[in-house]
Amino acid sequence: MKTITINPVTRVEGHAKITIKLNDEGLVEKASLHVLQFRGFEKFCQGRPYTEMPGLTARTCGICPVSHLISSSKAADNLLAVSIPRTGANLRRIVNLAQIAQSHALNFFYLSAPDLLLGFDSDPSKRNVFGALESHSEIVKAGIGIRSFGQRIIERIGGGKRIHPIAIVPGGMRKPLDPQVRADILAELPIHLKAAVKTLGWFKKSLSQYREEARVFANYPTLFLGLVGENGEIEHYDGKVRVIDHTGKIVADKLEPSDYQQYIGESVEEDSYLKSPYYKPLGYPKGAYRVGPLARLNIADKLGTPIAEEEFAEFKQIERGPVLSSFYYHYARLIEIIYAFEKIDELLNDEDILSPHIRARAEPSRYEGVGMSEAPRGTLLHHYKIDKNGLIEWVNMIIASGHNNLAMNHGVEQAAKRFVDGNHITEGALNRVEAVIRAFDPCLSCSTHALGKMPLRIELYDHGGVLIDEKSR
Amino acid sequence: MAKIRLATVWLDGCSGCHMSFLDMDERLIEIASKVEVVCSPYVDTKEFPENVDLAIVEGAVSSEEDLEKLLKIRKNSKMVLALGDCGVTGNVSAMRNLVGVEASLKCAYDELSDNNKGVRPSRETPKQLERVSAQHERVFIDCFLPGCPPPADAIYNILSSLIEGKEYDIFNHTRFGK
Repeated sequence: MKTITINPVTRVEGHAKITIKLNDEGLVEKASLHVLQFRGFEKFCQGRPYTEMPGLTARTCGICPVSHLISSSKAADNLLAVSIPRTGANLRRIVNLAQIAQSHALNFFYLSAPDLLLGFDSDPSKRNVFGALESHSEIVKAGIGIRSFGQRIIERIGGGKRIHPIAIVPGGMRKPLDPQVRADILAELPIHLKAAVKTLGWFKKSLSQYREEARVFANYPTLFLGLVGENGEIEHYDGKVRVIDHTGKIVADKLEPSDYQQYIGESVEEDSYLKSPYYKPLGYPKGAYRVGPLARLNIADKLGTPIAEEEFAEFKQIERGPVLSSFYYHYARLIEIIYAFEKIDELLNDEDILSPHIRARAEPSRYEGVGMSEAPRGTLLHHYKIDKNGLIEWVNMIIASGHNNLAMNHGVEQAAKRFVDGNHITEGALNRVEAVIRAFDPCLSCSTHALGKMPLRIELYDHGGVLIDEKSR
Repeated sequence: MAKIRLATVWLDGCSGCHMSFLDMDERLIEIASKVEVVCSPYVDTKEFPENVDLAIVEGAVSSEEDLEKLLKIRKNSKMVLALGDCGVTGNVSAMRNLVGVEASLKCAYDELSDNNKGVRPSRETPKQLERVSAQHERVFIDCFLPGCPPPADAIYNILSSLIEGKEYDIFNHTRFGK
């Protein structure tokens, strides 16, 4: 038995490595993803005032802090037993959608596009955003613009900062929308919407080059889970949980977020700090499910904004039922950027969006609260219990990327079996195994709340510990 | 002017500082013309290279692996900049010290799990240090940029002034917790 280790996995958000075990013929037996960071939020938040939780838990992740602010504030809304004013909810929605756009742009343009633009087998010293800027400056610059626009919406509505903003609070929002901010965003939005549509057009045209990747990037039957609105439409801020199987059949619908313990279990893995959630009725590991952009498009009946709806209809043509290959996370991500911009436009044109009534105020009125929302990477849950003074007694967080742990592990093994030949290891093959992880776009710092020379050294030893092959990049 | 060899590394943090680095937006293009990024989460380098002119390090030191990385960064770099509050003081990453590693692991893997309860991640994963520390407690740090995260303007200005050897008052753009 020999082992190839890819450490660290690069161009992903977090600390991870991949091990590939080979048998004596040099064929891949097993491949696994190991997440290497552990932070311990669930414990050290105990004893903190509940009002601190949004700001504190935002620090689990600098990529999707808004999602934590939202799920955390929703759990706190529950503790206050208030329903927040409509305008407050809509402002939260806008900030959340802006974050989905910027985070998807980060994954697509900064982290994954180098593989797609320059090729999985291209020179690793150039295969990054800086190299892509030189060779495909128009696409990458459009991506920088899309991400920047999302970040600036967060800064101006979310409260003075692009990362860890402060305006989303228990009960609603801290300050109403300034008419000038609204005008500025509405004026700039069409530029980036157009850029997103153009990028999707380019991506669709290039799809035929990635048939092999699409075939083996975690392309297998699983359940899909996420939030949907009252009429089965896509929903990122509120809504109820829907679960479908690989044929598209609805397994469970209208599940209450607060009942999550009845349908989501978490399993500890000996070789990773990332726990694996599973759908309880099917048990572990059969209850593996996927979340995030691909899952959201698979479970939704409609998107409801004009361009995104057209693209959604075309996306649905890929397969008879749900789209099962995780390579298409990229496709789903680009559609969601378009949806996010169209929806922000719609919400900013709502007649009440400038209303000063944006926050409900109350004392803690319940001892327990759950908040669930759709983060860029999938369903994010915060669950708190407090004492009579409003101090946190108990916390559970189930983080978007965690849900995909079982599927990511399946995916790295599937891709390794297809591309890695133990007798002749190539850099491009290993890069494809990493690219599976990039397709899922995991945010590993979150989920464990828990351009020069490229020396990746792989050493192959036989049973006697004798070095039989080594490769550097 | 020769390009300076720049590395960016992320230890135990939330990656917010690295995101703030990207928030330089189109100024990244200008920065890229002055530096060669030899190691970073954004590029495919697997080992920290030698002869680095400037290493920008985000995050606190929480695991044995973090510590190993930091020692290597110090050894191979002319100048090390601690980026953001976790790196400078330990900040939120160091809140684990209030309860200790064992209590944190017990909560995450024994209490908040339904399957393989009581199993602890041990294979292939780095050991957690008993005490999380700020970077300067472990190695000499040349330069500190506080903020949670430091805004892109602060990162841009400190980078530009380090490249050109000029003075820059960081408090024009950032402070602790900003």
